[in-house]
Amino acid sequence: MRVLVIGAGPAGTRCATRLAARVPGAEVTLLGAEAALPYDRVRLSQLLTGESDIPGLITHELAALAAAGVRFRPGTAVAAIDRAARAVRTARGEVLAYDRLVLALGSSALRLPLPGGDLPGVLAYRDLDDVRAMLRLAAPGGRAVVIGGGLLGLEAAVGLAARGQRVTVVHALDWPMERQLDRVAGGLLAGRLGGRGIAFAMPAKTMAIEGTGQVEAVRLDDGRALPADLVVQAVGVRPNAALAAAAGLPVGRGIVVDDAMRTADPAIYAIGECAEHAGRTIGLVAPALQQAEVAVQSIAGEAAARWRPAADAAALKVSGTAVWSAGDIAGEAEAITLHDDDAEHYRRLFLREDRLVGCVLYGDTADAGYYLDLIGSGRPVAPIRHSLVFGAALQPVAA
Amino acid sequence: MTETRTTCPYCGVGCGVLVDAKGAVRGDPDHPANAGRLCSKGTALGETLDQPGRLLHPEVDGKRASWEAALDAVAEGFRSALAAGGPEAVALYVSGQLLTEDYYAANKLAKGVLGTGNIDSNSRLCMASAVAGHRRAFGEDLVPGIYEDLEQADLLVLVGSNLAWCHPVLHQRVLAAKAARPAMRIVVVDPRRTATCEGADLHLAVAPGGDVALFNTLLRALHARGMRSDAPGLEAALAAPLGPHGIPPAALGTFLDWFATTPRTVTLFSQGANQSSAGTDKANAIINCHLLAGHIGQPGAGPFSVTGQPNAMGGREVGALANMLAGHLDWSVPAEVAALSAFWQAPKLASGPGLKAVELFRAAAAGRIGALWVMATNPAVSLPEAATVRAALRRVPCLVVSDCTRDSDTLALARIRLPALGWGEKDGTVTNSERVISRQRGFRPWPGEARPDWWMIAEVAARLGWAAQFAWDGPAAIFREHAAVTTLARPAPRAFDLTGLAGLSDAAYASLAPIRWPVLRPGVPGGRLAPAARFVATAFRPPAAAPDAAYPLRLLTGRLRDQWHTMTRTGLVPRLMAHAPEPVLAIHPDDTALADGGLAAVESPHGRAVLRLRHDPSLPRGACFAPMHWTDRFAPAARINAAVNAAVDPVSGQPELKHTPVRVVPAPMRWHGFLLARQRLGADLAPWCALLPAGGEVWRHELAGTEAPAAAFARLRARLLGPEARWVVLEDLAGDTHRAARLANGRLDAVLFLGPTPALPPRDWLVSLFARDQIGSAARRTLLAGIASDAPPPSPTLCVCHGVTEAKVCQALRAGAKTLAAIGAATGAGTGCGSCRPELSALLTRMPERLPEPA
Repeated sequence: MRVLVIGAGPAGTRCATRLAARVPGAEVTLLGAEAALPYDRVRLSQLLTGESDIPGLITHELAALAAAGVRFRPGTAVAAIDRAARAVRTARGEVLAYDRLVLALGSSALRLPLPGGDLPGVLAYRDLDDVRAMLRLAAPGGRAVVIGGGLLGLEAAVGLAARGQRVTVVHALDWPMERQLDRVAGGLLAGRLGGRGIAFAMPAKTMAIEGTGQVEAVRLDDGRALPADLVVQAVGVRPNAALAAAAGLPVGRGIVVDDAMRTADPAIYAIGECAEHAGRTIGLVAPALQQAEVAVQSIAGEAAARWRPAADAAALKVSGTAVWSAGDIAGEAEAITLHDDDAEHYRRLFLREDRLVGCVLYGDTADAGYYLDLIGSGRPVAPIRHSLVFGAALQPVAA
Repeated sequence: MTETRTTCPYCGVGCGVLVDAKGAVRGDPDHPANAGRLCSKGTALGETLDQPGRLLHPEVDGKRASWEAALDAVAEGFRSALAAGGPEAVALYVSGQLLTEDYYAANKLAKGVLGTGNIDSNSRLCMASAVAGHRRAFGEDLVPGIYEDLEQADLLVLVGSNLAWCHPVLHQRVLAAKAARPAMRIVVVDPRRTATCEGADLHLAVAPGGDVALFNTLLRALHARGMRSDAPGLEAALAAPLGPHGIPPAALGTFLDWFATTPRTVTLFSQGANQSSAGTDKANAIINCHLLAGHIGQPGAGPFSVTGQPNAMGGREVGALANMLAGHLDWSVPAEVAALSAFWQAPKLASGPGLKAVELFRAAAAGRIGALWVMATNPAVSLPEAATVRAALRRVPCLVVSDCTRDSDTLALARIRLPALGWGEKDGTVTNSERVISRQRGFRPWPGEARPDWWMIAEVAARLGWAAQFAWDGPAAIFREHAAVTTLARPAPRAFDLTGLAGLSDAAYASLAPIRWPVLRPGVPGGRLAPAARFVATAFRPPAAAPDAAYPLRLLTGRLRDQWHTMTRTGLVPRLMAHAPEPVLAIHPDDTALADGGLAAVESPHGRAVLRLRHDPSLPRGACFAPMHWTDRFAPAARINAAVNAAVDPVSGQPELKHTPVRVVPAPMRWHGFLLARQRLGADLAPWCALLPAGGEVWRHELAGTEAPAAAFARLRARLLGPEARWVVLEDLAGDTHRAARLANGRLDAVLFLGPTPALPPRDWLVSLFARDQIGSAARRTLLAGIASDAPPPSPTLCVCHGVTEAKVCQALRAGAKTLAAIGAATGAGTGCGSCRPELSALLTRMPERLPEPA
């Protein structure tokens, strides 16, 4: 059986190596659009801060992939899928046939349609090339503006600050990382980063990027111009679904899949950030790896292969402060908060119909596992509600 | 080190205490009342010396004033009231806390200078019925027996007396005597199964108000067994309708047998008998039985009234009650009135009895009192229909209050406030329940501008033109004058005679050792008295108000072991508050559908009070019990006297504080909480609030309210804002749970917990954190959980002296302790004042498997 995996990110690479190991006689080919070997995208921030180098990010050497039974072809972008022929055509016109196709296309950084958005010095923060460009432009003492105060934007900001840049984060909401953090935790984090020299323009909207031949400033909606030698746009991602859409597969925000990660075409799977399951796409590596496993099982013919989304959990460690969030923290839910001014300790639990549905931990994240388990299990919490926020240590021992 | 020999300011036992220069207190081994013993309250006296909230300067209309100006204002207030309304329009309301000398001066001011009978004492609430009973039986207010009789008795009957809590030293003496002579029997007559029942041989759970019926029944039984007496009135007494007492026949039979066959029988009666609309009849019904059995004045035998206050007897001696004249002289004997008038050089001597306490405040409420001077007492709390009393006090144009504390609900209403001396500062004498006169001596400097009450009285008298008659240079001079009054109009068939003390020199007064009256000759003390007596017919009358469908329960009130009156002194001592930290309404679990631990309202037609409800199977069905102590300062919503009816005994005028038909209904609250802080934040923090000192400088505020919990939380937190404040906050809006801790430099400053139910974490661990200079990170993590993750479960303190918890005692019992002595050896509990020994005994009688489980 010929299995073609498009996309050499974490999900695609995992899927390819596992398929080679689990499906006897499978010919597994992994196509990577980038020239690089598979690397750990999550640790790009360490490359930026200098805590790691490029070789340190590589997860699979060519030899290791070969030994695992995976044929890896880097620098191979795919232009089209011919479902009827069960073949894909690469950007260079090569046609590769498959029996099973796995789409692990990831997502692309969104870029705001701003005047001046294409000036030199305006970057995204998505892949190795972006980081290389940032490092090239980040002369010590320079000024950097990061547009977007989400997880990636803050990582970029922290990295650039570590490289001696004077960084301002422009964020449209009142507090950063609003998808993972509530207002209080976001405020605490902003305060903490402020202590590290990262300024916030918030809430603020970018109207234009200004410069002549090179970025010079970022113009905000309140009229301010933030001088900038380097601008990073970290305003979100879009699942890479165009390839599938062009092939006539159903696409929403991402490529629509069933519980077994199959698209409408039973020979084609989609996993990771490009996939849309039950109306939702994912943005984290852990569920992407789970999806890869499910796809492997399904291709191996295991009828029971089912992906059940667990609560999203995001951990961030910046400036020595641990931040962790999981589950649904945005909807209408009852909240329990515990906040210690001095100890920089904050947690907020979100409850709905007597179940823990979401959680934000700031400072002390030791109970992350306890809460993730509670969110996942959906156990009623009424009996322990009064002590829930104090974590596992104060819970009665089960009889 | 020199010690000052003085007398305890609390109950009517009148224990001698020795105080050293550092304020350390021990029992006086040479005092006849206690021979070195002290109870939990007495032991803690040293901790009450530095009282916060002292009144230190005179005030007029809310502003600080000089003594000259304040005394002028008092004199002018009384002069105007006299001019406008005559002697009926002025009054004094005084206290069993006053020393005899103060009492004498006050009585002389009222009856001699102002010419009014309107002087009454809070003793009216305490033993007026006993006084009236004595006067009806003996023609004079006298207690025949002495404390040794309690030890020498073969049968001790306690009526309406929770001796273990209210007169602990006497109880200890009795228990020691019983331990030495196990054949001695103790019978407790009380609707409640009190702590005193532990160690008693028989508990007669008499129906509330059924005491007269019981003793009428006893009188007939004694007569039926052939006992006879020549004293007048027996036939009528025997014919008096019996009434229902509610005691089962078997228990009744045992009691009648024991009484009839035990010549050495003492019946001790106290407030439970006195505070009744038939209180005087109760006293006489008891005295009748002893008279018929021939018990009076014999060793180990006789009726024995024990007073509540340290100097109730002194007030009776000087006649500072509305229906008494002075020195046991009698208004009904013209020669005695004339003698006193001449002795005092008081031509306008009051012509007859004045208004008794309840009548007095009703007159005030009706606007008939123009000037009222309240001394050393808190009628806004202690009288029944307390709301009416407050309104009455507000209506008095010139309300003067002399007190040592600012923390008095009555003082708050006063126009003129005079700072009085407190215990340890003032100098004079008191007389205890066995007629022993003891010196109270000052050993501390006078704080601020505080002065003795007698001095204020003399100064006011001087301003009214009576300087010569009040020209005393000290308490010794007053005492001599008081003693001299008892020599007037002699010979008279009267026991109260201080002839032997009338010539006491200042030096002899200063060193006066305790001496029992009558003192006919210098240095010769009196002993037991066997007065001529008569029977009084005591037809049974039920309590004034009967329970009905609307108010089906009978409210009983009383004292707690470690509290005194309105808590102005004991309420500041953490270890005394620990025994009963909140105002609690006890009720039999079958009489209420309300849950244990919630708040409940006690309602009568007169008013309501809200208290913490406790299920207590030791209460009789149909009754509930509430302590009398809580005030506006400590728990405004829990002032039980707001609900108590103002029915009075027709003879003594004593209010029926121990019987009010009530109903117990839910007191719905939207939130319950507590606030711990390094200061007292007042009792107005919430609709329901109970304060107590929790140790160190920490005050505990128990709270409940009806507003939205989040709003209450925000409001209360705002009270705690401070410049250096750092917070740990827990909020569960949907769960109505809000908690906050305020810290400054890592030190705990305040803790606030709110929740939807009374089920909140225990306070002890949190209180203990206040003592730490730094809250460690472990404690900080679980601070708002209210528990240390490795803490032992909390347990109530039983032994206040040694801080021994119930858990520790139970541990000793499980380890094999089988006696009080063994518990004492293992834990120290019960080896101090002994006040907890009844509770220890109760635990001892439980089988090990029935002891409270360690959590």
